[in-house]
Amino acid sequence: MNSTLAILAILDGISYAALVFLVSVGLSLIFGVLRVVNVAHGSLYAFGAYLAATFSLAIAPISPWLTYPALLAASIVIGVVCGGFIERFLLRPLSGQEDVLQLLITFAAFMIMDNLQRLIWGVQPIFAAEPLRLLPNVAVFGVSYTSYQVILLPGVALATLFGLRYFLRRTLSGAVILAVTEDREASTAIGIDAKRVYFVTFVIGASLAALGGALASPTTSLVPGMGADMIVLSFAVAATAGLGQIEGTALTALMIGLTRAFVIYLQPEFEVLVPYLLMVLVLLVRPFGLFGAVQVRKI
Amino acid sequence: MSGRIKPVTTIALIFFLVSAVGPLLVSSWATLFALILAKGIVVLGIILLLQAGQVSFGHAMFFATGAYTAAFWGKYVGGGDIVLFIALGGITSAVFGLIVGLFVVRYREIFFGMLNLAFSMVLWSLLEKMFHYTNGADGIRVPRPALLGLSFTPETFQYVILYVSLLIAVVAFYGVQRYLNSPLGHMLRAIKSNETRLEYLGTSARRVLLIGYVISAFLGGIGGTLVAIIQQIATPEFGFWTKSGEFVFIAILGGSAHAFGAFAGAAMFECVRFYAAAHLADTWQLILGVVLIVIILYAPNGLIALRQRYGQAKQGGH
Repeated sequence: MNSTLAILAILDGISYAALVFLVSVGLSLIFGVLRVVNVAHGSLYAFGAYLAATFSLAIAPISPWLTYPALLAASIVIGVVCGGFIERFLLRPLSGQEDVLQLLITFAAFMIMDNLQRLIWGVQPIFAAEPLRLLPNVAVFGVSYTSYQVILLPGVALATLFGLRYFLRRTLSGAVILAVTEDREASTAIGIDAKRVYFVTFVIGASLAALGGALASPTTSLVPGMGADMIVLSFAVAATAGLGQIEGTALTALMIGLTRAFVIYLQPEFEVLVPYLLMVLVLLVRPFGLFGAVQVRKI
Repeated sequence: MSGRIKPVTTIALIFFLVSAVGPLLVSSWATLFALILAKGIVVLGIILLLQAGQVSFGHAMFFATGAYTAAFWGKYVGGGDIVLFIALGGITSAVFGLIVGLFVVRYREIFFGMLNLAFSMVLWSLLEKMFHYTNGADGIRVPRPALLGLSFTPETFQYVILYVSLLIAVVAFYGVQRYLNSPLGHMLRAIKSNETRLEYLGTSARRVLLIGYVISAFLGGIGGTLVAIIQQIATPEFGFWTKSGEFVFIAILGGSAHAFGAFAGAAMFECVRFYAAAHLADTWQLILGVVLIVIILYAPNGLIALRQRYGQAKQGGH
């Protein structure tokens, strides 16, 4: 492997890691607060991607630059409408019930959304590469790459990382969310509306998944099954990092993104295997994830 | 209750009788019932683990192991016999279950589910990517095997495999019932209610769970072999996480409190799919999703609990 290929692999890895981070951190945030693994997370990603493509194809004839706000608008619409619906009407009635039921009802949401996606957008691949083509290519150590993928995507991922950190650690709303995570009953006793916190967290997490999809839509063709693939991948990242760990998720996404990119150049057939193999190895040694805090076994 | 046949057992007997006689009247039911029984056998394994309070979101790996055992035999050795396929499928997945089980039984709840998922996705990506051995996403065709040296025409064969499935399902149903009522089965249940106390009694909870896990993998493998023979193909899809989700879905649909829940759930699931796929090809998955939501929200203990709840209301709340 020569140095050009190595730089190419690193750039591939970084842009891929940025997208995976956005989706995984949403999943991790939802688990951290609601203690639910949201199986429909991949569908939110797919819906975000499809809606963003629809919006940007519709708006590109007016002005191609409007496709960027269209991507953002699509992710917020999906986050609020789909995410809000899942939390309010599916998860909330089950609060206090067995975990498996909460997991399974998001699986039901996945089945429904997967089907709806095929009904609404069909099974033919959809391309909407306008936002990618608008930005010029940049040369990184002599390798030409789209600035959308090496500057914009990592930029959004970093902004999300620091934005979430600031929101959770420095603002009152963030403190309220952390309080509910720490002890739901005590926080309710001091007047915090835990139900509202759950709702807001779920909508934020869902919007992040949809944002990941919306930003991914210009870089790839949209096909059925993209949601089912993304949920396990983002789950592997979140679990390897330790569920609920925000900074850990970023590092793990980068690690998995880079490993995968190098494997693609060296041994392409093992590309899909990478995240799951890493997940098995990490979980066997550290079941709480690389960055997760060891919990006392509760009986 | 001793000396009296429980109502659930009666319903189970009626169900097995219907699946034996029904297809003789309507021939399109033969494959439908064979699939119901085969999937029910897999779900029995899920229900075993649910007794211990553990949800495996990767059980499709044993299903796929069983299916691919038959497929590989057909591809590399050739020929084959139903009895041989089922024996091999069961043994391979039990051994695989023992290996995976040694790791996963150390963990509980979400960590147990996650590790199972991770192992199953590793298997899935291998099946999908080792193109030279597995034909990738196209899967491997499983040629129609003989039964104890006798070969059959396709018309007869669908009945042969139906009755083989029925026989195995009845044995598995009875076996799981016996197991759950045995001391070992009660210990399995104790993992859910109070694991520490189980350890204080001098029992290794891990060993109890490992035995349950291997049995459950064994059942998953046999079910997978049967489905591969019925559908005459094994594809990586058999080991994808959505398949695992489907099995957990069926278990909750039927009700995990009793072994018969596996067959009640599988019957409902496959019937909805059979008829919805025939008439509403585009939306059957959506319909199943809605059914699942209604069951979870309004009957979280499954179909068999509906009957029990009705029975309790009649007796005045007991």
